[in-house]
Parts: sequence; C-alpha cells; structure tokens
Amino acid sequence: MAENQTYYVPEQSKWPIIATVGLGVTLYGVASIMVNGKQGEPTTGSWILFFIGALIMAYMLFGWFGSVIKESRSGLYSPQMDRSFRWGMSWFIFSEVMFFAAFFGALFYTRVFAVPWLGGEGDRASSNMLWEGFQATWPLINNPDPQAFPGPKEVIGPWGLPLINTILLVTSSFTVTVAHHALKEGHRQKIKIWLGATIALALLFVFVQGYEYAHAYADLDLTLRSGIYGSTFFMLTGFHGAHVILGTLMLSIMLIRIIKGHFTADQHFGFEAAAWYWHFVDVVWLCLFVFVYVI
Amino acid sequence: MSAVADTHAQDHHHHGPAKGFSRWLLTTNHKDIGTMYLIFSFAMFLLGGTMAMVIRAELFQPGLQIVEPEFFNQMTTMHGLIMVFGAVMPAFVGLANWMLPLMIGAPDMALPRMNNWSFWLLPCAFLILVSTLFMSGGAPNFGWTFYAPLSTTYGPPSTTFFIFAVHIMGISSIMGAINVIATILNLRAPGMTLMKMPLFVWTWLITAFLLIAVMPVLAGVVTMMLMDINFGTSFFDASGGGDPVLFQHVFWFFGHPEVYIMILPAFGAVSHIIPAFSRKPLFGYASMVYAVGAIALLSFVVWAHHMFTVGIPIAGQLFFMYATMLIAVPTGVKVFNWVATMFRGALSFEAPMLFAVAFVILFTIGGFSGLMLAIAPADFQYHDTYFVVAHFHYVLVPGAIFGIFASAYFWLPKWTGHMYDETLAKTHFWLSFIGMNLAFFPMHFLGLAGMPRRIPDYALQFADFNMVSSIGAFMFGATQLLFLLIVVKCVKGGEKAAAKPWDGAEGLEWTLPSPPPYHSFTTPPEVK
Amino acid sequence: MRVHAKRAGALLGGLLFPAWSMADWTLNMAPGVTGTSNEIFSLHMTILWICVVIGIVVFGVMFWSIFAHRKSQGHKPANFHENTVVEILWTIIPFVILVIMAIPATATLVDMYDTAESDVDIKVTGYQWRWKYDYLDEEFGYFSNLATSKDEIYNRLDKSENYLLDVDNPLVIPVGKKVRLLVTANDVIHSWWVPAFGVKKDAIPGFINETWTRVDEPGIYRGQCTELCGKDHGFMPVVVKAVPEAEYNEWVAEQQAAAERERELTEKDWTLEELMERGEQTYATTCAACHQADGSGAPPAFPALKGSQVVLEDMDAHLDIVVNGVSGTAMQAFGGQLSEVDLAAVITYERNAWGNNTGEMVTPKEVFEYKNQE
Repeated sequence: MAENQTYYVPEQSKWPIIATVGLGVTLYGVASIMVNGKQGEPTTGSWILFFIGALIMAYMLFGWFGSVIKESRSGLYSPQMDRSFRWGMSWFIFSEVMFFAAFFGALFYTRVFAVPWLGGEGDRASSNMLWEGFQATWPLINNPDPQAFPGPKEVIGPWGLPLINTILLVTSSFTVTVAHHALKEGHRQKIKIWLGATIALALLFVFVQGYEYAHAYADLDLTLRSGIYGSTFFMLTGFHGAHVILGTLMLSIMLIRIIKGHFTADQHFGFEAAAWYWHFVDVVWLCLFVFVYVI
Repeated sequence: MSAVADTHAQDHHHHGPAKGFSRWLLTTNHKDIGTMYLIFSFAMFLLGGTMAMVIRAELFQPGLQIVEPEFFNQMTTMHGLIMVFGAVMPAFVGLANWMLPLMIGAPDMALPRMNNWSFWLLPCAFLILVSTLFMSGGAPNFGWTFYAPLSTTYGPPSTTFFIFAVHIMGISSIMGAINVIATILNLRAPGMTLMKMPLFVWTWLITAFLLIAVMPVLAGVVTMMLMDINFGTSFFDASGGGDPVLFQHVFWFFGHPEVYIMILPAFGAVSHIIPAFSRKPLFGYASMVYAVGAIALLSFVVWAHHMFTVGIPIAGQLFFMYATMLIAVPTGVKVFNWVATMFRGALSFEAPMLFAVAFVILFTIGGFSGLMLAIAPADFQYHDTYFVVAHFHYVLVPGAIFGIFASAYFWLPKWTGHMYDETLAKTHFWLSFIGMNLAFFPMHFLGLAGMPRRIPDYALQFADFNMVSSIGAFMFGATQLLFLLIVVKCVKGGEKAAAKPWDGAEGLEWTLPSPPPYHSFTTPPEVK
Repeated sequence: MRVHAKRAGALLGGLLFPAWSMADWTLNMAPGVTGTSNEIFSLHMTILWICVVIGIVVFGVMFWSIFAHRKSQGHKPANFHENTVVEILWTIIPFVILVIMAIPATATLVDMYDTAESDVDIKVTGYQWRWKYDYLDEEFGYFSNLATSKDEIYNRLDKSENYLLDVDNPLVIPVGKKVRLLVTANDVIHSWWVPAFGVKKDAIPGFINETWTRVDEPGIYRGQCTELCGKDHGFMPVVVKAVPEAEYNEWVAEQQAAAERERELTEKDWTLEELMERGEQTYATTCAACHQADGSGAPPAFPALKGSQVVLEDMDAHLDIVVNGVSGTAMQAFGGQLSEVDLAAVITYERNAWGNNTGEMVTPKEVFEYKNQE
C-alpha cells in the first residue's frame, strides 16, 4: 500500500456547516408548511424559510462539489482516495436500496397479510367482522371503509405506459454503459452523444411518468388517498421518480463536465458514481415494474 | 507533514488546530470531531437523564404529584429518543472518530469533511426535536417506539417536526457509518489484515454495516408516517387496507439491529480493556469476531420478538422465538471469552477495568432476562411490563453506558495527555454501580408483579419497589455530575500520561505519544 | 459473587417461600388461575433456574479469577489465548439447553393459539380510555370505566385498596367454560391483560386478534392496559369477575332485560332536567377525560366546549361531530358507542352546562332520526 504515503486530508471547510444550516432550515420550513397547512394557518413564512434553506443547499452543493472537483483536477487525490470514494458511493447506494426495501416490505406485507386478513382469510380472518362486505382483492379497488378512503375506479395496467417506461430505462442503462466505454477509450464526441441520449431517455421517462400520474389522478381516481393501493403505488413510484430526477441531474452535471473537458480515460470516478447510481435506479424500476404493475 | 498532502493554496498550517470557535465549526480533524461527538453525547445524556429524573420523581409515590399524564408521556418519549439517538449512538461515533484512525494507523478518517457534516447535523436534529417541547400540543408523547396510529392520527402537531428530526439523525448516522467503513476498509496500515484488526475496529465495522442497513428503513417508516399524517395515505390505517402492525414490523426491522448498534462497539472496547488489565491476551479472538458477525446477522431475523402479543400467526411466532433464542449462543461465547481472558491473568482494578467487569456481569444479567423474554409464551406475561424496562436498562446502562465510561477512562490519558483522578473515578464507579442496580433491579420484581410500563401512576402494591427504584435513579443521576468533574479536571491538568499508561495494553494507539499529534499517523506504521 | 449471590438469595427466598414476601414486596410472577398461566409460570421458573445456574458457574469462575488472580497478590499471568475444544463445547452446550427449552415453549404456544370450540364469545374493544365488552351470542354489550375517583388520583382522598384497578362494570365470565375473546380497538392500539389468566393480547384498530381463557376458580381478577394508548393509558384497568354458571346465566338475562329497557327509553319523552342529569354522568365517563369536567378542554388537541361556537349555536354541526367524530383527530365517532339516550343527554348537557345556557335540548328520538336519515 505504497499510496498511503500521500493520503489527502482536506483543510478546514465551511461547506459542512453550511450544509447543516441549509438542511435544517429547509426541513424546518417543510415541516412547518405541513403543520400550519393542516391547521389552516398561513404558510407564507414557512415557504420563505423553505426557499432560504433550499438556496443555501444549492449554494452548498455547487461550492462543495466544486471544491472537490478542483482538488481532484489539481491531482491531490491518490488512488487510495479514489477507493474511499468508491466505498463511500457503494455503501450510499446500499443505504438507498434499504430505503426502498422498507416500502417494498410494506407492499408485500399488505398484499400477503393485511388485506387478506381484512377480507376474512388466514390467521386473523375474524377481522372481517369489523368490515362488513369487504372482500380482499388486489389491486384493492374497494377499501374496507369506502367512505373514509374511496377506492380508485381502476388502476394502471403494466403493458401500456409502464412497459414503455421499462424500455426507456433499460435502454438508458445500456446507453450510459456505452458512454462509459467511450470514456475509457477516450472518444469524447462519442461520450457526449451517448450520455446525451441517456439524459434524453431519462427526461422522457420522467415525462411519461408525469403523464401517467396525471391520468391516474384525473381519470382513474387513483390518488394517495385511495387506500393502500394508492399509498404503496405512489410511494414506490414517487420515490423512484425522485431518484430518477436526482440521477438525471447527476448525469447532466457529468455531461457538462465532459463538455468542459474533465475526466481522463482512467480517472473519472465522478462519472462512474453517476453511472452506478443510474443502474441502481434502473434495477429499482425493474422490481417496481414486476411487483407494482405486473404481479 | 510529508505524508499528508496539503491544498496547494494553504500549506502554512496543518501542524495544529486553528484558533477559536472556527476550529470546531469548520474542522476536518477526526480528533476534534470525536471530541465534539463526545461532548454532545454527554450533554444529551444529562438532558435525557434530567427527564428520567422527572419520570422517577413522579413515580416515587402512587398518585399524580408533579406532572400531568400528558407531560409524563412526553418525558418518557423524549427520554428514550434522546438517550438512544442523542447519548449512546453519538458517544460510540465519538469513540470511533477518536480511536479508529489511531488503531489502524491512519492519518484521519477517510472522508473528513463529511465527518464534520455528520456531527453538526446532530445538534441541528436535536434542536428541532427538543423545540417540539415548546410547540402547541406539546412534544411527541407516543413513546420512543412511536407506534401508529397513536403517533399518526392521534399524534400532536409536533409529530411532523419529530419526523424530520429523525430524518436528519438518520442522514447523520448513515454518513458517519459510511465514513467508518471507508476508513476501516481503505486506510489500514500496511500489514494489518482483517483478522489482525483490533476488536473495537471489528465491532465498529459491523456496527457501521448495521447502521447503513437499518437507518434507511427507519427513514422509510417515518416517511410513511409523514404521508399518513399529511397526505392522506393509509399505510397504518385498516379502513384504507393498511395495518397498524405494519408500522411495528418496519420499525422493529430497524429497531432490533439498532439495539446491537448500541452494544457492539461496547463489546469491542471491553475486549481491549479486559486483556489490558488482565495482562493476558484476549481469549478466542477469532471466535469473538465470528460471534459479533453472527449476532449482527441474526439481528435481522428476530425483530418480531418485540411483537409477540400483536397477533402474529403461530408459524411466525415460533420462527422468531427460535431465532431469538439462538442469539444467546454467540452472546454466550463472548461472555465466556471475557471470563476466560480474566482467568489466570494478573488482574488489577483501575476504573476502566471496574466498569468493564461490571459491564460483563450486568450485561449478562440483561442477557438472561433477554433469554427469558425470548420464550414467547412467557413473553405474554412479561411484555410491556417493567420486566422489559428492567431488561433493556440492564443492557443499555451497564451495557452501553458502562462500556462508554470504561472506554472513556481507558483512553482519557491518551486523549488529554493527563491521568484522571483514580480515586474520584472509582467513587464514580461505585456510586454508579450501586445507584444503577438500586434503580433497575427492583423493576424486574415490579414487572413480574404486573406493573405495566409507560404509566404515570400505579396501583398500591407497586409502591415500595418504585420508591426504591426512584432513590437509586436519583443516586445514579447525581453521580454522573462527578464524571463531568473528573473529565474537566483531567483535561485541565494532572499527572502526565505516558504514551502507554496501562502496562497490559496492546495496539497502535499506544505507540503514539499522549496526546497524539494533530494528524495521527502521518507515516503509516508497519504491522507485522 | 457476593452481590449476585445475595440477589439470587433474595429471589430464591421469594420463590420458595411466597408467604415470606409481603404483598407489597412481591418478587415473582404469580402462577395464576388458568392452565395457560400455570404453564407459563413453569416455563418462567425453568428458564429462570437455567439462568441462575449458568450465572453461578460463569460468575463463579469470574469471581475466582478476581480473588485469586490479582496482580496485587503477585499472580503471574498465563499466556493462553485459545482452546478449540472449550470453545466448541461452550457453543454446543448452550445450544442444547436452548433446544430443550424450546420444546415446552412450543407446546404451550400451540395451546395458547387454539381458540376453537369456545363456549362463550366476547368481543373486547379498547377505546381511549376504557374497554367495551360485547357478548356476541347474547347480543348486549357495555363499557367498563375506571372507578377510581380523581380525588384519589390527585391525593385529595386516601387511596382505596384497589386504587386504579377498579371499574364500574367488570367483564363477567362463567367458570369452567372456554371463553373466546375477540380483541380489537376503536382508536389506537391497546392491550388487554389479565396476569392471573396468562392472557395478553394487543387490541389493534381494524383487526381482530383472538385469544381464549378458561377460569376454574370464581373470583375477581384484575389487570391493566399494557400498550401505551395516550394520556390515560395508566387509567384503563381490566377487571374480570368469574362466576358459577348459574349466576352467570342469571346475570346475562338481567343484562338482556336492561338492554331492552334502554331501547325503550329512546321512545320516552324526556325533559331538559332529566337529560341534563343523565348527560352529566355520560359526560363524566365519556367526555371529561379530554374536554375536562368544566368543559375547558386542553387546546389545541382537545378544544374547549365551554363558550364554543359549535356548542352554543350550530346544533347540526354539534350532532355531526358527536355522532360521526372528526376524522384525523382524537375526536371519535360516538354514534356507535353511546345509545341514543346518552347521545341526546350529553349533547343537551354540553349546551346547557358551564354557563352555556342555551336552553336548547335534543331528544333521543331526534338523535335516532338524525342517525337514520344519513
């Protein structure tokens, strides 16, 4: 481990404390928007707080990543540092996997246990006594208490838009890999084309997903409020969508850096991290497609 | 200086810390950050402890005397949250920050700026959490396990703030854990293979893995709560096809590994301290490592033993009972190893050793009651009584907290360069030991006699033991101020500490002077 | 060893000679009065003894080292640090002990889960903060409220013998019969526990958990709610009266007659005074926990009723809130919990108590019509 000799320890940095203040203010703002909104109180102040926090966060992200990029480009990072980043990113993605695992767990639990029990099957079948006339089905169209939670008229089938989205994302995983190979071979023009294509596919996915949501809300009465089907559906696809947007941002920044001439054939961890993240987003979608739409 | 590369612009410092408050605010140094974690944790320990004193004062006698039930519930909730997330976890992260680079021969943590962020998020999160006490409707009052729907439909408005505070704590823990893993996997001195790592490093590696695996699940469950409260979803509401018990499954999937997160680093520290003061190598190093690994893996498949009474189908009930009982095997191996390490050593009993030995004895008692709780039919009688309160306080107070005290006394000379006052430290130990047992041992009896937990008032047959317990708690609480005094004294001065103040201690951290240089190992040492 | 031995000694004393331990210094679980509770007790004692024996061995070795292998006594350290045989042994032996322990535990658990072939079915519903018992086959039900007065709780009166463990209407069950309990909740999670029966089951809103008991000795058995359910979690005891079958049947007949009388009361013409009188009682048991005896509430969670717009003016809104509840808040729908008479009485009371002198009243008949027009 000869490279230990030059392990880089950064100077004091203002970014973490700015990030703390930014995150704290943003989330405090979000919380008070929700709490005041629910109690019917004015939320203007909360929104201002939220925007201030978001601005601080944006400033921090540019500044912090900017300084990391600068350090990296001035050759301060050793291969050992590179490994630290790799471990860091891998475990971060693992934590994201576990975050989704919680929601998938909720989906499996309600489908396999809770809904059948409420419908009078299985170990807690007598629960059905409390919900006269309720029948367990999936997708759950009629909720146990239809007054409190009016169910959706219909849910979204897998073989329309979701299939298109699956094709879009799988293709984008492919194009980002082609771009990666191009980077390793040093074909910069080729990178731009394939990375650009990846971003275009991602944006198209987000658009299609947005269209599907609008359709669900406007035509199908499938909303967050339409019982456990709507809850799990929007929670899983919604958080996935948020991650797609985040991944698209990452890829876009990589494209900008490529255009600015960053990265070399053998030093481009930033790009790889974004690509890893993109593959993760893709795999989550495949699970979603199978467990939310198809089965 | 040679080994630590500098930014090109500012190569004039790096020899020592910056001056003033900015040293702490902007630092990227693992020791500064470790110190801040430890100070923060102790402050939270006192705050959470004060709440415990309120609880014990109300329970001193039957009847309502000091606080109303609403406020009592806020106290039990905040006491639990603050102790778990504010006192115990940050204390271990503080110890990790200080000791991991020293133990593996690294200059610092792998990701120093992120390290700073991980720390500063904590005061931010707790500021939000504690501020809920002053909000209209009061602070969270649904217990530290915040079961839905008491915490969703029936929760106070401040619940939303509580949820975001938990999110921030989660981000902090996950980043801290990523940092720990990257440091351990990537920054070890040449020659230090995995099976040569000190046990504290091993236990922290596994703890960090647990943290990354389960903190996101906690984030997931509070997010579902947030959606149920504010956006009309029905995850935990049967009228929309959800299930309140779903909350408990997801929560305890986080919660059980969390329990080990709070104890594994203490296992590691005690595995250094007992050999040091027995002047004899640790017995069964390899089996210790495997045992910790086994405990961590098992911790993912036992969560429902917290929920034996919720109406789980019998197959599930049996599975979780067997899996839980199985944990006794690796835990037993660890205890046997510690005892075998002491056996035929040359023992001396300085404060770290006193705390470590008390740790082994009292944690084992907590383990015994854990084994009893694992027997599902018997759990129907123990569940949610003071027997459970006794059990988890026995694993957390003489487990986690005594582990932290033992570590603190063990490494204080290294950190400060001064020896602490041994007489005061021993006083601290004995008063804590007596106070703690007086406070928590009677709770076993109360639980077996049928006293439910989380009640502000109780039937008359529970009066005597509650009074004893309160007296013990006050004693234990007051004693902790002594610890503050000892540490302040030690930081300010005292007998100079040698590089290796304990003759039996082993490890790279003792090869550096006390206190160690600002950048720990500027040249990586060679490990044979 | 000393500390531990002493403790174990105290524990043993309590176990072997229960008469020594005064009621107030109870050390151990009681065996209880059902087959289940006795099985649990014997599991508890077995595992406790296993722990005590392991503890004596392990701590024995430890304390031996502490006394004999001290540096101050000049003991020189040995240098061994592993022994494969010992390590394998102390992995296998605990495992075998656990397997032996798991067998009776499994048998007990299987028995506890067997709710089939019951003689009496009772639905137990947890409310904030009282229990409701519905006799499913006999078609009547009632609430069971804490009977300890506020004066005792706030130390203005001496505490009675069954302080916090007394209710107005206990659950009544026949001895020697298998009673199946269908446990559920109306609002948050509660847990129904009677230690003497070895029965504890969480009451989950929207779901029903089944459990059962068979009590052989007549008597009064007391327990408490054991799942944190809000501010009065400590104030919702469970009291069960087990009576001989003949007495039970007599009691059931009385209850059915009383339920019938209650239905007739709906038809009666009530005066304001009568409604106020009844409303005061209903208010005290049902509403005062949150809205306070003087109607001042505890805002923002529990609004004040005294001087409230809804209570003073809008009768329809008042009826709606009381009958249907307010979703997303702690205000429950009382339409299904209270009889028409009680609903009418409590609404009338709220509109005329504490200076809310509207002079308005609503009759049980009107409430009945309101409920059925929906």
